[in-house]
Amino acid sequence: MEKLLQIEGLKVEFKVYEGLLKVLNGVELALEEGERVGLVGEAGCGKTTTMKCVLRILPSPPGRITAGRILFRGQDLLRLPLQRMQRVRGRGIAMIFQDPTAALNPVFTIGDQLMAVIRHGSRDAMNKKEIRRRAIAVLREVQLPDPERILANYPIQLSGGMRQRVCIAMALSTEPELLIADEPTTSLDVTIQDQILRLLNALVERRGTSVIFITHSLGVVREMADRVYVMYAGSIVESAPKGELFSRPLHPYTQGLMRAVPKLTGGGIAEGIPGRIPDYLNPPPGCRFQPRCPHAWERCSQAPPPLKEVEDGRQVACFLYEEGA
Amino acid sequence: MQQGLLEVQELKKYFVTSQGTVRAVDEVSFVLQEGETLGLVGESGSGKSTTAYTVIGIYAPTAGKILFRGQDISAPVSKRPKALKRAIQIVFQDPGTSLNPRRSIGQILELPLKVHGIGTRRDRRERVVELLRLVELPEDYFYKSPHMLGGGERQMVAIARALATEPELVILDEPTSALDVSIQAKIINMLLRFQEEMGLSYLFITHDLSLMRNVASRVAIMYLGKICELAPTEEFFQQPLHPYTQMLLSSIPVVSDDEEAVKPKKVVSQGEIPSPVNPPPGCRFHTRCLEAGEGCRKALPEMVEVNEGHLVSCLKYQPGVASASPRAQEEVEG
Repeated sequence: MEKLLQIEGLKVEFKVYEGLLKVLNGVELALEEGERVGLVGEAGCGKTTTMKCVLRILPSPPGRITAGRILFRGQDLLRLPLQRMQRVRGRGIAMIFQDPTAALNPVFTIGDQLMAVIRHGSRDAMNKKEIRRRAIAVLREVQLPDPERILANYPIQLSGGMRQRVCIAMALSTEPELLIADEPTTSLDVTIQDQILRLLNALVERRGTSVIFITHSLGVVREMADRVYVMYAGSIVESAPKGELFSRPLHPYTQGLMRAVPKLTGGGIAEGIPGRIPDYLNPPPGCRFQPRCPHAWERCSQAPPPLKEVEDGRQVACFLYEEGA
Repeated sequence: MQQGLLEVQELKKYFVTSQGTVRAVDEVSFVLQEGETLGLVGESGSGKSTTAYTVIGIYAPTAGKILFRGQDISAPVSKRPKALKRAIQIVFQDPGTSLNPRRSIGQILELPLKVHGIGTRRDRRERVVELLRLVELPEDYFYKSPHMLGGGERQMVAIARALATEPELVILDEPTSALDVSIQAKIINMLLRFQEEMGLSYLFITHDLSLMRNVASRVAIMYLGKICELAPTEEFFQQPLHPYTQMLLSSIPVVSDDEEAVKPKKVVSQGEIPSPVNPPPGCRFHTRCLEAGEGCRKALPEMVEVNEGHLVSCLKYQPGVASASPRAQEEVEG
């Protein structure tokens, strides 16, 4: 079956005063039509950078894509002329960002911003009246009360949860095939997070939208994805169906992360992972997790382990699972 | 109630703004026993940080009393005896902004010692090195500045600074919420070890109930400036009583089926926290409560002790009050 999105060997560098930051180190990620995929990793691992490459909104300079392909329906987005890329954004791929306050322009009303998205992003040409009707319909869909009034509101007049609902409405207003949700609930309270996650799940299910859900929280990814990619320091270290990942994590990093999460059942908190994420200026040789890994041996610092299929539908980038190891 | 290390009695902290009076903390009472960790949990705007800041003296209370070892410390902080300032310390949420970027780690750690006139210059230097060793940071960090450290390491420095004056009570204001979980685990374990070794008491402010399950001896839940439930941790998680607590618990994303089983059966989260400028009359939570009845809109529920040490402020559990809903009535009788 043809993949909807396939990222192959994506490498990104950032040029800074001190030198070259080797941020993405060969990201491999694929998603089938209708799939909900989670991308988990801690701060600074490159989750958002990867997704910015997909939409080609990586600030450049300082960022630069040095290798790799991003195939969307078989078409390499990195080689697409800008005008055709513009058509992919919105109706092909839409994105929801972490901070709805920063994502919305404070000096325009919700209506101005939402209707502009619908006008430029929709498949069919609409007149003003239709655009407005569509805007009200999507606001109603994200369960905002009194949508007519909200169209006239400025972002500051809404709460954080309501602003994120507006951003979801914007992203879905153009009926995208793929929705990228980048930590959409991280800045929200837990009861509001619960509401937004349920809403998102219901909306994408109804439309059959494919989703990449980015988060640092293993708990959130468990509610939002069918399959999970775990990212560490610029590359994917493990991918597995949700159930298997949570019942039997394979990569030492995933195992450490899983242990470190405080459990609602109590039992104290396990020791975390020693050390911290590597310096991207001088990343450690070989596997980037090797300096913090309890199982590391010489081979790990010689060459980076490739991401390999070890079981049906499970991939791990670790020499521990290599045949004969 | 027996005398605790810290007693907060009907504490109020209002802020006057152009939009009206913000009732950030509205009649909050609790007792913190020596050697325990009291978790003060709530969502943004619940008043948990304001409560902590009032205790440490950043804000002067609008009304109510704060007693530390029986001594009234609710007067403005400028009048607070230095020895008491030394005994109560705080660790803030974001070590990126709580450490002076223009000072070296050595200077940052020495400052509280200087302020409290502890030791000679040489003694202080030794003590700073000792503090670095305590939080497992290398000695040469003495000359580094905060921006050269990772987030976790900076928070270690902030903790070392709080411990420099050998306090009795440490207020931890979301000390790990800006950090990754793998780093959080290390810091929490270190804090628990210090508590044991130095006999510290913690007032732990957080929004993370999963963390509190593993850290606190007792948990207090705040909503819109009031405490709605307070209980020993074990009992709190086995038998959450307040409808808000149940909603909060059932909203937490977890990583295993075992944990899923601990959550109260799905209480669907609805609505948003109202503005503290014009808090709803009656029970503060009634606008979002699935069980709210007529009575909840009128009367402010009082704190009732349902089991030993388990306090809840909800009409459902109030004896002699016409109950909010028939379902609640059953539960009280059963």
